[in-house]
Amino acid sequence: MLKCRTVWRKLAPLAKCSSTLCRQNVRRTGLNNGRTPVCVPAARMSTGPVGGGGDNLKYALLVGAVSAGGLLYAVVTMKSDQRRYKERMEELSTRPQKTSITEQTQSEPPAVPEDQPAAAPSIEETSSPAEAEAPKEETAPEVTDTPPADEPVLEVSPEEAAAAVPVVEEEPLVSSEPPPSELSEPPPVVESVVLAEPAAAEPPAAEPPEPQPEVLVESVVDSTPVSLKLPSHAPYLLIGGGTASFAAARSIRARDPGAKVLIVTDEPDLPYMRPPLSKELWFSDDPAVTETLRFKQWNGKERSIYFQPPSFYIRPEDLEGAENGGVAVLNNRKVVYMDVRGNKVKLDDDTEISYDKCLIATGGIPRNLQVIERAGEDVMKKTTLFRKIEDFKSLDKVSRNVKSVTIIGGGFLGSELACALGRRSTESGLEVIQMFPEKGNMGKVLPEYLSNWTTEKVKTEGVKVLTEALVKSVNCKDDKLEIRLKDGRVVTTDHIVAAVGLEPNVDLAKSAGLEVDSDFGGYRVNAELQARSNIWVAGDAACFYDIRLGRRRVEHHDHAVVSGRLAGENMTGASKPYWHQSMFWSDLGPDVGYEAIGIVDSSLPTVGVFAKATAKDTPKAATEKSGTGIRSESETEDTAVSPVASDTPSPAAEHKDDFGKGVIFYLRDKVVVGIILWNVFNRMPIARKIIKDGEEHADLNEVAKLFNIHED
Amino acid sequence: MSSARQEGKDKIIFVTKEDHEAPSNAELVEEDPNDPYEEQGLILPSGEINWNCPCLGGMASGPCGTEFKDAFSCFHYSKEEIKGSDCMEQFTAMQQCLQLYPELYPQEDEAASKQSSKDSAAAEEDEGPSGLNSTPALEQDSDTSNPNTDGSAGS
Repeated sequence: MLKCRTVWRKLAPLAKCSSTLCRQNVRRTGLNNGRTPVCVPAARMSTGPVGGGGDNLKYALLVGAVSAGGLLYAVVTMKSDQRRYKERMEELSTRPQKTSITEQTQSEPPAVPEDQPAAAPSIEETSSPAEAEAPKEETAPEVTDTPPADEPVLEVSPEEAAAAVPVVEEEPLVSSEPPPSELSEPPPVVESVVLAEPAAAEPPAAEPPEPQPEVLVESVVDSTPVSLKLPSHAPYLLIGGGTASFAAARSIRARDPGAKVLIVTDEPDLPYMRPPLSKELWFSDDPAVTETLRFKQWNGKERSIYFQPPSFYIRPEDLEGAENGGVAVLNNRKVVYMDVRGNKVKLDDDTEISYDKCLIATGGIPRNLQVIERAGEDVMKKTTLFRKIEDFKSLDKVSRNVKSVTIIGGGFLGSELACALGRRSTESGLEVIQMFPEKGNMGKVLPEYLSNWTTEKVKTEGVKVLTEALVKSVNCKDDKLEIRLKDGRVVTTDHIVAAVGLEPNVDLAKSAGLEVDSDFGGYRVNAELQARSNIWVAGDAACFYDIRLGRRRVEHHDHAVVSGRLAGENMTGASKPYWHQSMFWSDLGPDVGYEAIGIVDSSLPTVGVFAKATAKDTPKAATEKSGTGIRSESETEDTAVSPVASDTPSPAAEHKDDFGKGVIFYLRDKVVVGIILWNVFNRMPIARKIIKDGEEHADLNEVAKLFNIHED
Repeated sequence: MSSARQEGKDKIIFVTKEDHEAPSNAELVEEDPNDPYEEQGLILPSGEINWNCPCLGGMASGPCGTEFKDAFSCFHYSKEEIKGSDCMEQFTAMQQCLQLYPELYPQEDEAASKQSSKDSAAAEEDEGPSGLNSTPALEQDSDTSNPNTDGSAGS
């Protein structure tokens, strides 16, 4: 194109000239003789000046010569450009990067300084002027002393280029600014995209050590299909890399063919499921379980806690160029700022990523007791807030090395961990203490009679349970922790695990201008999980409107799956409300296992219908019978059931009432809003149906009949 | 016989097997098979394939998702006597893709997964959307066993 233009420029004066002559000719002809010019061409050439044939000839020669000259110039230019192009290609091919060079190599004189190897692919040749080169060259000598981290990256490429590249990374703003005025080629920002890490042989290795360029860049997919830089734009951006995020990614990929999904997470791990961290992983026989993170389900089938192995995902750098799209995970990056108007986010390393649709699935962080936080560093060092893989690893290690561990909290996590550690206590002599303010385990979930029964079960797992325990202060004395309770009791222990709730992560609410719910915490979203036009929230962080049960925020695994899936569907245009009720489950030892759905709050009136438990009614038996090893298979993904140490389940004959199995209905204004299936499995669809109907049932015993609790 | 007692706001009923023998007279609301809010089975009311169905075990969303969708769609809409016999090309392409990711798609189950996805498709078309398949499940592709079989077993 340039070539044409330059050639045209050269020819233009000539063309003008000839057309002027032409016009003058016709006019003269018209003026001089009344005859129509039609007759004229017979006598003289219309393009020739009025005059003789000799002039015509001269003119013809002139035109011919000029055109020939123009053509010749064009050919020569092309040839020399081609030569230079070839040289450039060879030079670039010495770098490991594959780059497709466009025809823009045929450029003008300003391109000459680009001969330096510091210049990246073709686009830059045409766009970056000498000024851009200057900073590179100046700082090049400095950069040769860059840390060894850069070396593996730079080993293959020419040193100059390598040196210049990291420099350019660090100062991309400089190089991206000067737009060459005489060129109207792709915007100058393009070069900064291209400049970043072209020589990186191992981009994943390169990225963590090198700071990310802080440029808002337009995507340059067509010119640099294999740009080894983070994508600057993600059609689907998922903030947070947990269960909800993964479920959404899966949903998006299923519904939008070729979708490009980018997950940004501040954790170092790929998406994984949390329930085994407090259950199955603790029952594994494998001594290397903290490394493999694999657990054996009851029927022997093993699986990893990771939803998918690494080969499922593609690298963030490859996302833009991936023909069929994919899911990319960007680890160890936190989104710190969200610009809703501009549809973009900013990471903690100042990278900006724009999006079309965004999901916030940031989950939460474990709460801590104020008394522990105030107690100082010594106490904090001996305290675990349990949520992530690293917490599991550290607690596993601690539990093998200390004599006594105390769990503060009597809810799901606290009780499960207490049972898991209690199981260990039989082998290692570890003292496991659990304390909480309620009267019994799961005191906020189970009606009192059941909570008491459960507490007895937990005690048989080897746990010392202290009920109605409010922590007043914690001190570190003689390398031990001293916990003082409000009622005067003192507990001495080596390590504390605080399982006192989750604080939903709403860090982005301020910058994004999103509403935070004051009752339940979390981002306030509508029934379709939408916060704003292109923003959805799912998982623990979402306070959503449940059409049946009202506004709520749910912190369970299955809810993360359900809401993540729904958000993914809505991000691809489904516009569906939260309708499929999620469930949850818990196992507390081999004798106590339950599944639940809906609002299960012990402050609600309840109706419990129980049958006498037989030896067959345990979680273990349920899995054996169904032969799948997955108790909640029909509901959610595989969850293992704790392998039973002993084969004889004890139906607790010593208790007056034996709550072996049954169904408990939670009522709100006479409507069933929650159901617990107590040691009764594979009936969740019926429970779901009852809640969905939202009917007032006169006799709940009749409703209980639907569950066939006496059968397996 | 059943016994009932009240503990504060909580009612406890103990029932024997005989108590529950008579069929329940609890009334449940009639299900609408075309309810758009409900989780759909494998085949949507429109006849299209629900790629987000948990029963597919994430096959449609993985790296070989495109190939899988092509092959499965071809099979679904195939009018041949032997359903899918005109889709060998797509299935071969899918096979080739699956082989690139042995971690994700264990080889020994590959043929089985193809087969069972055909089976589950056939089954679904007969039964219509199955309530049990409409689960919030995230099938485990990394499971050493066949995820599709698990999903089918769930129905």
